[in-house]
Amino acid sequence: MIIHSIFFFIFSFIAIVSAVMVTASKNTVHSVFFLILDFVSISCLFIMIGAEFLGMMMLIVYVGAVAVLFLFVVMMLNVTQQKNEWFASSSSSSHIPMGLLISIIIFFEIIVVIAGWKYKTEVVNSFPLGINLDVTNTHSIGYVLYTDYIHVFQISGMILLTAMIGAIVLTFRQRTGIKRQSYLKQISRERNESIELKEVESKKGVKIDV
Amino acid sequence: MFEIGLGHYLTLGAIIFTIGIAGIFLNRKNIIVILMSIELILLAVNINLVSFSIYLNDIGGQIFTLFILAVAAAEAAIGLAIIVVYFRNAGTIRVEEINNLKG
Repeated sequence: MIIHSIFFFIFSFIAIVSAVMVTASKNTVHSVFFLILDFVSISCLFIMIGAEFLGMMMLIVYVGAVAVLFLFVVMMLNVTQQKNEWFASSSSSSHIPMGLLISIIIFFEIIVVIAGWKYKTEVVNSFPLGINLDVTNTHSIGYVLYTDYIHVFQISGMILLTAMIGAIVLTFRQRTGIKRQSYLKQISRERNESIELKEVESKKGVKIDV
Repeated sequence: MFEIGLGHYLTLGAIIFTIGIAGIFLNRKNIIVILMSIELILLAVNINLVSFSIYLNDIGGQIFTLFILAVAAAEAAIGLAIIVVYFRNAGTIRVEEINNLKG
């Protein structure tokens, strides 16, 4: 248990510090690196608490796909060359005290709600979908995900399909002055408009007029 | 040594949530950092769902965390595509210079 506490504090400390550095870092590429560190430490916490499948899934989806996508866009758009001030900008620095104040108020409201939280024991025992300790975490997720939540699962697949189509449509650009392959032109060619047979007389050759 | 309970995880989620909100409020850099703050907020929600799911012995929280993962991935893809298109048109993604609506 002591090991559990020590690891919890180490991972959560790394997560909080890297979350602060995501917003406070001057370089955007460094922000993406700290975002990756944040995801990794939170997924370690998930594995520690007993949600192994979700921890691994966080690593695959967030670190493997989302953070790499962020890194790709940051490096493609060349925004690291821009001036990055956090507090120094004159025109809008008046937002900063009010923003900090509202953030601190939101934090204390959440803390008050958490500290005053009590759960009835009969409600805890009456949940229909309990965790079966005989099977692994992945099995128990799979039992429920493909039976009780199958429609939600399919809708999430449709959301991902829509996002994929939307991203392609948004970033697609028709360029002029580039030779492209036209399948329709290639398929619709016929023999009589592309081949011409000529009678060639001996010792005269043929004159091709283009 | 005191035991790690549900309150610790909820407090961690609250701290990361607040950092994400503060990142949106205080951001003077490009919009990509705002998208990263939104990812932080979704991460805090995931922490809350998973810790409740473990401590209440209910697998439903982890199922919904999976769906939040899917929605976060879709949102990141669409948001970054919009940012790429805006950068191609306007040449900048600094927060201060995006004021076409004069809001």
